Amino acid sequence: MTNFLTLTRMRIQLTLRNKMFLFFSVIMPFGFFFLYAGVFARGIPFVVRYFLGPVLALTVMGSFWGLSAALVTFREQGILRRFHVTPVTPSDMLASSIVANFVLTLPTVLIEFLLARTIFHVTHFGNLVSAFLLIALGTVSFASLGLVVASVTNTMQETQIINQLIWFPLLFLSGATVPLANLPQVVKRVGLFLPATYLVTGLQSAVYWAFAPWSLDVLLALCSLAVWAILTFFLSAQLFRWEPESKIPRRAKLLAAATAIPFLLLGIWENKTNRTMSLAQAMYESLSAPSKSAPPADSRK
Amino acid sequence: MTNSVIQVENLVKRYGDVEAVRGVSFNVEEGEVFGLLGPNGAGKTSTVEILEGLRTLDSGRVSVCGLDPQSSATELKHSIGAALQSTSLPDKLRVMEALRLFASFYKRRRDPEELLKRFGLEEKRNTFYSQLSGGQKQRLALAMALVNDPTVVFFDEPTAGLDPQVRREIYDIIEELRREKKTIVMTTHYIEEAERLCDRVAIVDHGKVIALGSPRDLKARSGGTTRIEVRLSKPETNGTLKELEGVIDARQVGDTYVLHSQRPPQAIVSLVKHLEAQGNDLISLEIATPSLEDVFIEMTGRRLRD
Repeated sequence: MTNFLTLTRMRIQLTLRNKMFLFFSVIMPFGFFFLYAGVFARGIPFVVRYFLGPVLALTVMGSFWGLSAALVTFREQGILRRFHVTPVTPSDMLASSIVANFVLTLPTVLIEFLLARTIFHVTHFGNLVSAFLLIALGTVSFASLGLVVASVTNTMQETQIINQLIWFPLLFLSGATVPLANLPQVVKRVGLFLPATYLVTGLQSAVYWAFAPWSLDVLLALCSLAVWAILTFFLSAQLFRWEPESKIPRRAKLLAAATAIPFLLLGIWENKTNRTMSLAQAMYESLSAPSKSAPPADSRK
Repeated sequence: MTNSVIQVENLVKRYGDVEAVRGVSFNVEEGEVFGLLGPNGAGKTSTVEILEGLRTLDSGRVSVCGLDPQSSATELKHSIGAALQSTSLPDKLRVMEALRLFASFYKRRRDPEELLKRFGLEEKRNTFYSQLSGGQKQRLALAMALVNDPTVVFFDEPTAGLDPQVRREIYDIIEELRREKKTIVMTTHYIEEAERLCDRVAIVDHGKVIALGSPRDLKARSGGTTRIEVRLSKPETNGTLKELEGVIDARQVGDTYVLHSQRPPQAIVSLVKHLEAQGNDLISLEIATPSLEDVFIEMTGRRLRD
């Protein structure tokens, strides 16, 4: 336990000294924030609140970049080997990077809420408990995804290619950039297999429509993210390699593909029921006709 | 046998089809500096990393501090320290932070402050790892191997790639540890290093121990003779060179003839006479005092340095 804590402290220190961190955890999220709140929402408070969902989701999802890169660098440079001669376990290494990332992501999230309040005059933020739970689970699960990516790639180059392959669908098919409601039908269907879709829609329903944690939509997102987080963390611990030259067995790549299972199942069900899609549609439509569907409190101003 | 800190019996390690370690056996006693000497790729690092619990073995028996490095890895790691080969630390970790961090992993700890002083890193305490020189990095690596006051310390090629000045600094540190009766296992491909630092040496080649003993015994076993290395303009046969007065043994290693002699002046005189008679020329002649290199040449017909 103490190993885990000292490692967490080290990771936080190292990350704060890393210039890449500044970009991915500060400049990029705030860039998105001002783009969404200022340009897309044109500074209208209740629309800002609608777009806070995607902004928060992007902040949270960025986690996997940093974590995969850090772990691969540690392995490639033989840093992990040095830890391997100590009593430190793979879980210590992995869990400490997840927790450190969580601690470093929270301030960014808080500042985004504060900016929405001070600059864009958003007076209330729906259900903050739901939002916090989704943010926490989202950060942890996407961080674990990064660790799985690091486990199935051998070099930084491979890692960055896989990261790009993951990042773009998350960005464009999940409602994080283009609202789900505006996407073509086929793309929507694909989007339903992505964890990001549930994070974006979940956060939107929490912040914009103030859905409680036990409402079906938030609960569904929470549960699926939780299952996914556990699965990805378990896999990253199983696939963990200390040595730069130990290559991944092919079996491991198949195992890594298992991380897709929870959202594959959820996606099939959602494609049948259309729950999340109609929720996203309803929220989007309420932007142009706020009076029809349960107007958000501060839209009256 | 019973109080050996390390016992290795018929150790075998394969990487795919390649057998890197092919039946290595040795014991290390408490308080000795034990060296594995051999060329690169001889299986030294594989052997040591199995003892450290970093790699699994394919067959044989290994015990370190009475523990099996595979089944009791975590427990063992509390009692060993290691300076690995091809390792590194995060660039932005400071020297003192590294010592403190690694000390925090262990039940038994040494004062990082004291280690810092002892390894001459006091002025560098707040320096980032990436800004240290090669020698400073290596001193830090050795200091880190001692943070848990280990029963056995492993130094894998502790001076590889360092310039001679820095190498001597590292020797001084290891000699000091030796005086303190620390049990040390080190690998090296430098003869000088093994002779100077080790109480006992196992000479390793192609995954096998080809000779084992104290440097003095090993040298005595090879005859305690002086080595004369000559290069000639025309080839000679080993046979005729061996017949020369004062020459005990002659063999060809690459383009050089290596002669062994107990009376070097006599051997040289007879060699020169012989060459004159044959109309052969001497390109170079070198005389070396007996060293472990002779043992290696005798056993393998090759030089250690290649």
